[in-house]
Amino acid sequence: MEKVKLYIDGKEIITSRGSTVLEAALSNGIYIPNLCHHPDLKPSGNCRMCIVEIEGRKGQVISCMTEVEEGMVVRTESQEISLVRQTTLELLHANHTQDCTNCHSNNTCKLQEVTAFVGVDEERLSRLRRSRPEIPVDDSNPFFTLDHNKCIMCGICIRTCDEVQGVNALDYGFRGFSTLVSTYNNQPIKESVCESCGECVVRCPVGALYVKESKVPTHEVKTVCAYCGVGCNIYLGIRGNKIVSARGDRESIVNKGRLCVKGRYGYSFVDHPDRLRTPLKKTNGSFEEISWDEAFDIISEKFLKSKNKFAALTSAKVTNEDNYVIQKFTRAVMGTNNIDHCARLCHAPTVSGLVQSFGSGAMTNSIDEFTGAKTIFSIGSNTTAAHPIIGLHIKEAKRRGAKIIVANPKEIDLCRFADIYMQHYPGTDVVLLMGMINVILEEGLQDSEFIKTRCEGYDELLSSIAGFDIDSVSEITGVPANTIRDAARLYAVNKPASLVYAMGITQHSHGTDNVLAVSNLALVTGNIGRESSGVNPLRGQNNVQGACDMGGLPNVYPGYQPVESKQAAAKFEKAWSARLSRENGLTHTEYFTEIEKGNIKALYQVGENPVLSEADANHVKKALDKLDFFVVQDIFLTQTAKYADIVLPACSFAEKDGTFTNTERRVQRVRKAVDPPGEAKDDWWITCEIAKRMGAAGFDYENVTDIVEEINSLTPSYAGITFDRIREEGIQWPCTVSDHKGTKFLHAEKFARSSGKGRLFPLLYKASVELPDEEYPLLLTTDRSLYHYHTSTMTGRVSGLKDIEETELLRINPADAQKMGLKKGDKVSVKSRRGIIKVMADIDHSCPEGVASLTFHFPDAPTNELTICALDPVSKIPETKVCAVRIETCNSE
Amino acid sequence: MAEERRITLINYGKIDPESISDYISAGGYKAAEKALSCKPFDIIEEMSKSSLRGRGGAGFSTGLKKKFTSEACTLCEQKYLVCNADEGEPGTFKDRIIMENDPHRLIEGMIIAAYAIGASKAYIYIRGEYYKSIKRLGKAIHDARQEGFLGSNIFGSSFSTDIEIRLGAGSYLCGEELTMLESLEGKRGYPRIKPPFPAGKGLHGFPTLINNVETLATVPVVIEKGADWYTGMGTEDSPGTKIFTISGDIKKPGFYELELGLTLRELIYDFAGGMKEGVDLKAVLIGGAAGTFVDETVLDTPMGFDTLKEKGAVLGSGAVMVLGHNKSIPGMTQSILEFFEHESCGKCVPCRVGMTQLVRLISSVNENGTGHKNILDEMLTEAEFMAKTSLCPLGQSPVLPLKSLKRYFAGHF
Repeated sequence: MEKVKLYIDGKEIITSRGSTVLEAALSNGIYIPNLCHHPDLKPSGNCRMCIVEIEGRKGQVISCMTEVEEGMVVRTESQEISLVRQTTLELLHANHTQDCTNCHSNNTCKLQEVTAFVGVDEERLSRLRRSRPEIPVDDSNPFFTLDHNKCIMCGICIRTCDEVQGVNALDYGFRGFSTLVSTYNNQPIKESVCESCGECVVRCPVGALYVKESKVPTHEVKTVCAYCGVGCNIYLGIRGNKIVSARGDRESIVNKGRLCVKGRYGYSFVDHPDRLRTPLKKTNGSFEEISWDEAFDIISEKFLKSKNKFAALTSAKVTNEDNYVIQKFTRAVMGTNNIDHCARLCHAPTVSGLVQSFGSGAMTNSIDEFTGAKTIFSIGSNTTAAHPIIGLHIKEAKRRGAKIIVANPKEIDLCRFADIYMQHYPGTDVVLLMGMINVILEEGLQDSEFIKTRCEGYDELLSSIAGFDIDSVSEITGVPANTIRDAARLYAVNKPASLVYAMGITQHSHGTDNVLAVSNLALVTGNIGRESSGVNPLRGQNNVQGACDMGGLPNVYPGYQPVESKQAAAKFEKAWSARLSRENGLTHTEYFTEIEKGNIKALYQVGENPVLSEADANHVKKALDKLDFFVVQDIFLTQTAKYADIVLPACSFAEKDGTFTNTERRVQRVRKAVDPPGEAKDDWWITCEIAKRMGAAGFDYENVTDIVEEINSLTPSYAGITFDRIREEGIQWPCTVSDHKGTKFLHAEKFARSSGKGRLFPLLYKASVELPDEEYPLLLTTDRSLYHYHTSTMTGRVSGLKDIEETELLRINPADAQKMGLKKGDKVSVKSRRGIIKVMADIDHSCPEGVASLTFHFPDAPTNELTICALDPVSKIPETKVCAVRIETCNSE
Repeated sequence: MAEERRITLINYGKIDPESISDYISAGGYKAAEKALSCKPFDIIEEMSKSSLRGRGGAGFSTGLKKKFTSEACTLCEQKYLVCNADEGEPGTFKDRIIMENDPHRLIEGMIIAAYAIGASKAYIYIRGEYYKSIKRLGKAIHDARQEGFLGSNIFGSSFSTDIEIRLGAGSYLCGEELTMLESLEGKRGYPRIKPPFPAGKGLHGFPTLINNVETLATVPVVIEKGADWYTGMGTEDSPGTKIFTISGDIKKPGFYELELGLTLRELIYDFAGGMKEGVDLKAVLIGGAAGTFVDETVLDTPMGFDTLKEKGAVLGSGAVMVLGHNKSIPGMTQSILEFFEHESCGKCVPCRVGMTQLVRLISSVNENGTGHKNILDEMLTEAEFMAKTSLCPLGQSPVLPLKSLKRYFAGHF
């Protein structure tokens, strides 16, 4: 970048062209008082505090809006400047609450800082001071309060809500002296579109916006958020043995300091009284506390007896090291590959699909690369709700001029930013994507060179494309032909284009086909293997990527080394000194059928809640009742844990050391911030103790570092990611040696398949298994809320989140509601062929006519008792996105 | 005795404002046709030569403004012309007279200006309360489009432009040019910071020429008759005519288009019929709220942008309010300051809080009677500070009337 030399207060300063005088001064240790400036935001120039004098210019100019120029001579202080600043400051003070000692921001307040520098004339101030009626404080939001009486109208909160969040919950209301920071129609914040991310609170320079339960931490611990797969870096503020605050790490490339509502305010579950503190044993239907010794004795005895009828569920919430140990235990001690986890319910088709087409089932690009994309195509991802910080990256891309395409059966929040929105009928993704490919080929917009040199299977693809003529595609998907054409052209031409997808693609009985359709589109247009260009499945859980990487799957060892491969098996048999099964294990979804058949008698489950999260949950409950022995290791007594014979108390993310791998393959350090409650223990430690009691060798780890070293030695893609190297910043796999930087984006030179080429696949349209009919006339799809997480084991114990969203709501289109005579807030029963639940109706246009949606967050309305366990034949994922339901009003209640 | 010189209002009362054929019969659209056969550069030259100064209040050279916008970039995707018809200065109604009585003259002026700078899109930002003007302009634009004066390939040339009307919603500040651009972009009416100037980066970030209604409505006659003819009227520093709107304690309030350089005395006594019976002249407020008070010692000063400046007065929008001996100067001052307080947008500190301080000070005079020697000085200090540091012209306005009060009416406080 071009450099400019200028002089500020006689000091020679060299800075980049385009920066402002204020920025140049501040970054060179010259203080200019300012109140409305924030480095993340565009300058606004309304506090008038940063005035300076510049030689050759008339009067005073505001330095925050004056760009540096070569040879500029700036004076930041003079008698005149001081006088003007002081006068302005006195005016600000004239109407400001003068009770600093009782203010939350005392000593951190920018108004105090500026006042100390500029000074005020108390005598003059007392003449200016005038009381104005106290404006009522807005404390409707459960996490923070807005006190207008302390507001200095710098507008930082308003600009943050606009420029950082793109939510625009706040703006100026009224005018002149009556101007207020206001929501739409000046309603309480809680009633507004505010998402409670708290970004405005973080930036408020005074005490106008403050956290309700704020306690000053004695120290901070750098770690990773435990909610979604984005893996935001956070500092947990600790006081005593309690988490009292969380702030985003501004140095982190993942979140750049930003956090969502859960990531900032969602950690009070950690010291919730419901936490499990001791092992529990079920006797005559109720739990009693037992010692660890007793628990281990019972478990080891039972496990030894059920070696050939055993299965384990590991967890996408626990660390890589925990996962590694649990799968090692299952394979080496229990002698089975019956190890799986909830990835089966979310991204199993991504693994099975992308491995076939690209050779590797993970995000091809980094989160940070979204802002460099010219086109972003989000399909089947409610990005701003489920991956809020990636949502912010997409919004930032939009501000930088990127075009956004959204395809989603629901009109989601991201549609506000979409240049093209395709509301396709649930389950028609293959048709939509192949239709786009057809348009691209018809119009010659494909990347022929890329297809020729980097792909195989093009002829096969062509053989199936004819079935996807635009008129049929439009009819099946319900999207106008021209919209599909426009989207196809934009994605193919406006490069680099990045494709984002999530559960809307995977949770179908043809989920793998959907993923292959996605990869076909990327390959045909050459939108892969480049910076800001690729296929990006957004992983749901904080460590679902890591749980897969660590071999928490029935068919692969750590690093996706197939259990059916002689070579791989031999390697692990040697390393683990054990005889290993060469057969693929059963999948998560198959477990319950096999339990019913009596083929699985003992189940060891770490941190899962299938009673709520598994499709056709009633079937799961029946199966659990049939188990001989069921061990659940968790932080709470979940709905599933109630079925257990033994419950083991584990540490939460805040109580353990280790690593999580986020959705962009970045392995990041998790650090112990507080002591666990009662006798709760690390997951890896618990599993090791069971193994040792069963007489197994190879489980004598002293600490997490020992496990990491073993992972490094056996997992080529993790070989270079040593514990020490990721102290500050995580590394993205593959990272094969200890001086490798890690891999920002995949498939740059060649694909990870053995041929080195990407594979195109011919596809057919397969309808969803259960579509609406006369008896069950509505299609039910499932969605996520920003405020809750999965089965709300954690978020359900954060009172503020419960306060914002207390219960399940059925979203239904006004046209359907009218047909049924439904009003907003009516209690309805939703019935499918498998179950019935009762919820309140919420009528809006987010779902098209004929479609309704539910989340699966709330135990009192278990959505998955309705969903169908129709499995994708390849990946065994159930079709939780489509089933048929009937809705009836519960009049009597 | 001097006579009215109607050149901008030449058609006033002579044609049916809703009839384009009337306007054409009166020689209308000839200037536009002539302009479009010239090079844009020549039009800018002619405007510069005419020394026509902006009639909105600030008095900036129209030719120069056009030149800057024209030169902002030659290969811009887009340039805009915006007509400022948000006539909000108290006592000013000259633009309404033009728009209601000769809307096509404004449109013709806009076609010429748009052509001169290369604007393919023009807006008229008009006060929402000007119902009749809105209706008549709407019809005029429609008719002009039908006649091919607006739209593609005007007069068979390669030039195309069109005009859209946008309504203001009652904010005085939206008459300030940069705030107007924010409003036109659909945002809250908050001022922008200069630089950048609209000529370089205006509406949606593109070069934009913003002119007042009277200025644009004067363009056709300058093009038709030439700069030399135009500069033959008025004075050297302020050539041409100006529409004055006079109100207050006089016999014949109304509007008068007069050659610049006439005196206040001529305006008040020759045209406005002199003072009302039994009322003596105490003060004249020239230029509206953001204007200046003068006393009878200024009555014989020729009115021009620079001559008035010497007397500590401004010509502004041409509003002249005559106050009789029975009017209270502090009372009038309070009314002006309350107006500013009400219209302050609230964005920057000095204006948001400063205006309330000024009102508080003047209220104390009106509540407790005169005799507070320092109050005017105190107000002036406050206003001068505000003028130095406020973000936009609104915060810089109170200093003008206060300074003139200090010069001419200090004894009244």
